Amino acid sequence: MKSKKLSFYGILVAIIIIAPFVFPSFSTQLATLWLMIIVAMTWDMTGGQMGYNSLGNIFFYGTGMYVAAVITIAIPFDVGEYNNAFGGGIYKFTDTQYFLGVFLGILGAGLFCSICAVLIGFVTFGLRGPYFAIGTLGVAIAAGELVSNWEWIGGGQGISLPVFPYDLDLGKTFFYFLYAVTGVSLFVFLKWLYSTRFGAAINAIRDDEEKAEAMGIHTLRYKLTTWSMSAFFIGVVGGISAFQLIHFEPLETAYQTINLGIFMVVCVLLGGKGTLWGPIIGAIVFHVFKEVTWNYLLGWQWVALGALIVITVVYFKDGIMGGLMRSKPEWFNSDAENRAQAGADS
Amino acid sequence: MDQILSNISLLFEFPVVNLKIVIDGIMIGALFALAAYGLALVWGVMNVKNLAQGDFVIAGGYVAWWFAKQGLPPLLGVPLAFVIMWGVGWLIYKLVISRVIERDLFTSLLATFGIAIMMAQILNLMFGSDTQSIDLGYDSFYFFDGFIDIPVAKLIGVLMATALAAAVIIFMKSSRMGQAIRATSQDARAARVLGINTEKVYAFTFSLNSAICGAAGAIIVMVWIIQPFYGITHSIRAFVIVTAAGLGNLPGVIAAGLGIGALEQYGAHIFGIGYQQAVAVMLLLMVLIFRLVQQRKVRKSLE
Repeated sequence: MKSKKLSFYGILVAIIIIAPFVFPSFSTQLATLWLMIIVAMTWDMTGGQMGYNSLGNIFFYGTGMYVAAVITIAIPFDVGEYNNAFGGGIYKFTDTQYFLGVFLGILGAGLFCSICAVLIGFVTFGLRGPYFAIGTLGVAIAAGELVSNWEWIGGGQGISLPVFPYDLDLGKTFFYFLYAVTGVSLFVFLKWLYSTRFGAAINAIRDDEEKAEAMGIHTLRYKLTTWSMSAFFIGVVGGISAFQLIHFEPLETAYQTINLGIFMVVCVLLGGKGTLWGPIIGAIVFHVFKEVTWNYLLGWQWVALGALIVITVVYFKDGIMGGLMRSKPEWFNSDAENRAQAGADS
Repeated sequence: MDQILSNISLLFEFPVVNLKIVIDGIMIGALFALAAYGLALVWGVMNVKNLAQGDFVIAGGYVAWWFAKQGLPPLLGVPLAFVIMWGVGWLIYKLVISRVIERDLFTSLLATFGIAIMMAQILNLMFGSDTQSIDLGYDSFYFFDGFIDIPVAKLIGVLMATALAAAVIIFMKSSRMGQAIRATSQDARAARVLGINTEKVYAFTFSLNSAICGAAGAIIVMVWIIQPFYGITHSIRAFVIVTAAGLGNLPGVIAAGLGIGALEQYGAHIFGIGYQQAVAVMLLLMVLIFRLVQQRKVRKSLE
């Protein structure tokens, strides 16, 4: 059993590594797929495992983008002047400045977002159920508006970052692996986290918060820690996509409340809430569905997205993983933890 | 920043500006209160939080706008929007809402969010993304040397909103269906035991809500502007009002609606019109935090 599992993960890692070389024309697509997988997994940390359904996690994505961009620009230049010139040809980044910016920017984005999560969480975690969802949605919408009126960081026009200094195909592979490393480390981290006492505690908060508190779990501390960990990873992918996209603007790209902000929720619901593999499977299915159908719908894609949300929510209550656990329980026998979660969800 | 300060000082130098802002705010707030009342109705009766509320409003506005463009008298758009949005609400209830009533609140929230996205996009595809309004062509009353103008169209709008609200209240108080709705909101199971067809009550309530929103939207298009994507702001406003006022508190909903209208006009005056949505959201967060502090007090007294 053990060796079977090991070889499964080995094959998976091999696929992840060779994928961009086998399908070089799809490497940007695959990078976007990683982005979806990572945001879905981070949403599931609070939404699925802890029972706090946030609609505003996109706040951390947008903030991550801006923090990464500001750090990169601030190392060699003055941020306000740079954005006034709109990144024009006057400002040239050396290779060292670029890669230093990428490294520090992405790290700084993650850290800044975790701090933001703690600060926002102090206010919003007092809200329960749908109030939490609406409150966090409000934070994300307000942040988008405020940033788009803040001239120092480019206002409504957004920020332009330097282009990857070497060959562009190499750049695509570089960003793919940045995402892939983040995604794999997030997966390993979550697999470990959900097996610890911490994972049990946040599941207890989901199942009955009052009882969890009565059992001596400091619920607010657990909630803040979980959300700030999830915010760290969203901030990191936000930072990576800032460099990947080169130019971004506040309302449509960074704080895209109804695109990515709602996609991540749909991915998790589609795959199955509160499971380790659910968000990943959901993200893959959703992304493939979206990319295959999007171009043929001619403006109706958003209607189709709304319909997909409604259908997922109304008819696929437990998602793909939840359905599989119910219909094929023998597949999950080796994983007692998953079985317990399926029981808790139904 | 200087702009903001000068805007604030303007309020103190010319107190009459305050009056204008408050009157404008109250006139538009009456319409917010109408949509919020519908939200409170659905929330209280079937425990569904409808995030598509604002999109019902906008859809009603487009119905009225479309009929006015076909040459019908604009005021006729209000009853037409009421009837058509009734049908839309009934359809949405049968297709989606009836399947999520018994489920947890986040499910209905997300389902209505999906409906909101769909409706906004369908309106966008049908009517384009330009802002639209109907010009009734009436004059304005002027006071204080023309400092304050009250357009007749807005007065008509407020009167119609008041009439609609009064009609709904009388209906809820005295009719058989109104009694059934109130009974269901108190205890759905007991109502079922006593022979009330709660399924019918739910369908009726949701359609009524959608129709009220539609009529509100038909008035909004006459006194203000509509655009396919303005729906979410209206939804957030409705949530602010209901959260601030509490469920089943009709005078509270009206007062909060008028207050939100006035506060938003102040926000638009001080920070500029670009922050309108942000002001609505900030008000929501402030109300939520205030409620939180209030609840904490209750908890402490229990210790």
